[in-house]
Amino acid sequence: MEKGMQEFNTHISSEHRLFDLHIRETFQYRDLIGLLVKKNFTAQYKQTILGPLWAIIRPLLTTVVFTIVFGNLAKLTTADVAGDYMIPAFLFYMSGNICWGYFTSTLQSTSNTFLANRATMGKVYYPRLVAPIATAFSGLISFGIQLALFLAFWACFLIRGGTSIQITPWLLMIPVLVLQMICLAVGLGIIISSITTKYRDLAMLVGFGLELWRYGCPIAYGLQLVPEKYMFLYMLNPVTPILTTFRYAVFGFGYFDGRYYALSWIISLCVFFIGLIMFSRIERTFMDTI
Amino acid sequence: MRHLMLKIENVSKQYRLGQIGGTTLREELQRRSARLRHREDPTRKIGAAVYEYGETFMALDGVSFEVEKGERVGIIGRNGAGKSTLLKLISRITAPTGGDIWLDGRVTSMLEVGTGFNGELTGRENIYMNGAILGMKKKEIDAKIEDIIDFSECRQFIDTPVKRYSSGMYVKLAFSVAANLDSEIMIMDEVLAVGDMAFQKKCLDKMNDVSRADGRTILYVSHNMNTIRQLCDRCIVLEKGKMIFDGDVETAISQYLGIRASTDNFIDLREMERTREFRQRPASMTELECLGVDTNVFPAGVKLDMRLGCTAEKLLENVQLRVIIKDLEGKAVTMQTSDRGVCLKPDEETDLFFTLDISRLAPGRYTMLPILYQVDAFGVDVRLDGINEVYCFEITQPGGFNHNMEWTHRRWGYYFNDPMELRMEKYAGHKEDDLR
Repeated sequence: MEKGMQEFNTHISSEHRLFDLHIRETFQYRDLIGLLVKKNFTAQYKQTILGPLWAIIRPLLTTVVFTIVFGNLAKLTTADVAGDYMIPAFLFYMSGNICWGYFTSTLQSTSNTFLANRATMGKVYYPRLVAPIATAFSGLISFGIQLALFLAFWACFLIRGGTSIQITPWLLMIPVLVLQMICLAVGLGIIISSITTKYRDLAMLVGFGLELWRYGCPIAYGLQLVPEKYMFLYMLNPVTPILTTFRYAVFGFGYFDGRYYALSWIISLCVFFIGLIMFSRIERTFMDTI
Repeated sequence: MRHLMLKIENVSKQYRLGQIGGTTLREELQRRSARLRHREDPTRKIGAAVYEYGETFMALDGVSFEVEKGERVGIIGRNGAGKSTLLKLISRITAPTGGDIWLDGRVTSMLEVGTGFNGELTGRENIYMNGAILGMKKKEIDAKIEDIIDFSECRQFIDTPVKRYSSGMYVKLAFSVAANLDSEIMIMDEVLAVGDMAFQKKCLDKMNDVSRADGRTILYVSHNMNTIRQLCDRCIVLEKGKMIFDGDVETAISQYLGIRASTDNFIDLREMERTREFRQRPASMTELECLGVDTNVFPAGVKLDMRLGCTAEKLLENVQLRVIIKDLEGKAVTMQTSDRGVCLKPDEETDLFFTLDISRLAPGRYTMLPILYQVDAFGVDVRLDGINEVYCFEITQPGGFNHNMEWTHRRWGYYFNDPMELRMEKYAGHKEDDLR
């Protein structure tokens, strides 16, 4: 029989093209993504008493501690720009904590993709990218709850008055910022997961590195604290513009520089595509080395 | 027109031997920079054999075949022949090093045991998960789920997390999912070994059924020749990563048995392959001969007179002989040891004569594993040389015995007994007093 006489729907080849990312195939598996999201979310709180309440308790307690330690004791500024603005410290810390919390939890769990799923991935085929995507979306449920809580507090402060918070169209930026966080976190996560199939060193680094990274972001302090001459260097951290823009969106004032924000997007997208390329290279044979 | 479901062209899979993945980034960088400067690898252990680092191993080497719609293909070969690797490549668990595979249709696979169930989820949730993994929609699974639960015989436990299932239940559910979900190609690896007899039969029937009725294609790997015979209409034999036979089932099975064990009555053991344990050995078996017979087929009740030639590199005292008899699936059936030890002198061939009692072996085919060993001061046996599956022989059933039903080891075991005498009254030789 001549080759090409018959159509086959799947071709498994030893050769791999660099941009063979299985995007379309992954999209066809959206039902599986949905099931995995549901599974991840319920499994997370299985055998706990408070259940999804934990999604609220964690950022709430962290925010209280931050307010006491950094706000009341250390008296760090919560202003991103100089001016006569009045920002409630509690809202300031909470906004930073929920964003950072979502970013780190997504990064940490996607960086563990291959190791955590090797039991299933060693038995059945599905586009491997389904796993990190599902992880990112299931984190989004917790983030949604936290954001709702934040907006509730935010509304309280708004109604009570006495702050400089304003409602602006910038609020519509929030979904864009979330998308950017997903790109960056998933991108970095799958880069790390691709490398950790062979070298476990990086897995050690992740938890520790994130701990340090937090201090390089304006979460515990306002951007005003950063000297102007180091601003460019500081803004190379792609998370910083996300955080400041988020605050700009919810408070209606603050720091926003289009150039730095664009740079942050460029870095996020680059990381995401490098991640995709590395991931699709490794996913073919990771079962042999893991 | 022929409709090909699977086309495999010159597929190979290479693995690196020795340490892979266990290295740290620093070691890998050291190794790469050393290679660039043409220096010796600094991370390699001094005196380590080459195969511990860098040597490669072809698990599959240039395998090509085609499978048509509705064919039931058995894949046989000894351990390490590449069967499981082949199935892994077809089910896309890992990618081939060379060659191409074309598939036309969805693949359900059962590799080893289970199909990638998630222990935290219930049986029902796992069914949906597996369906989604196959790319099925929720509605399509809804239509099948009752059949799946019925077939699995697990209805009572279907809403319990599968981590609490027994291994039998797990396999039943896994098989049921794989057999009932819509897929065009079904891959089964040695799964029927678990599960009770009745369920095994049910599985084979189901596979036959889906293949005949729905035209599904089945690839089946097993060491159990009986199930291969029952299920498959074509068989592929793999040996050391190469395909050595592709054709009808009976020829394939005899080919496969031919590779494993000689049926000659005189066997030269000098060049026969040993396991790693015996590559360096102080004593060697050189020849094995069955005396006074010119066949390897024996009626029940005979004993085998044998001669085993041995050499030693140094003087060895108190060397003992053990012969393990195995069935063709590699399961040990019985064993005989020598009654005393002998002395092997260096550079001198010693002949050991012994009589192997196979008179109580049930009808069937067996292989032999002779082992030379010594017992050390702690009472532990130190093995000197051993060769697996050196000689293959067959025990035939006496005519008329057991209504001429073919003896199967699964049903009746390995121990042969004469028919018992049936009487209508108590045996006169035993008085009640004698029995007390």
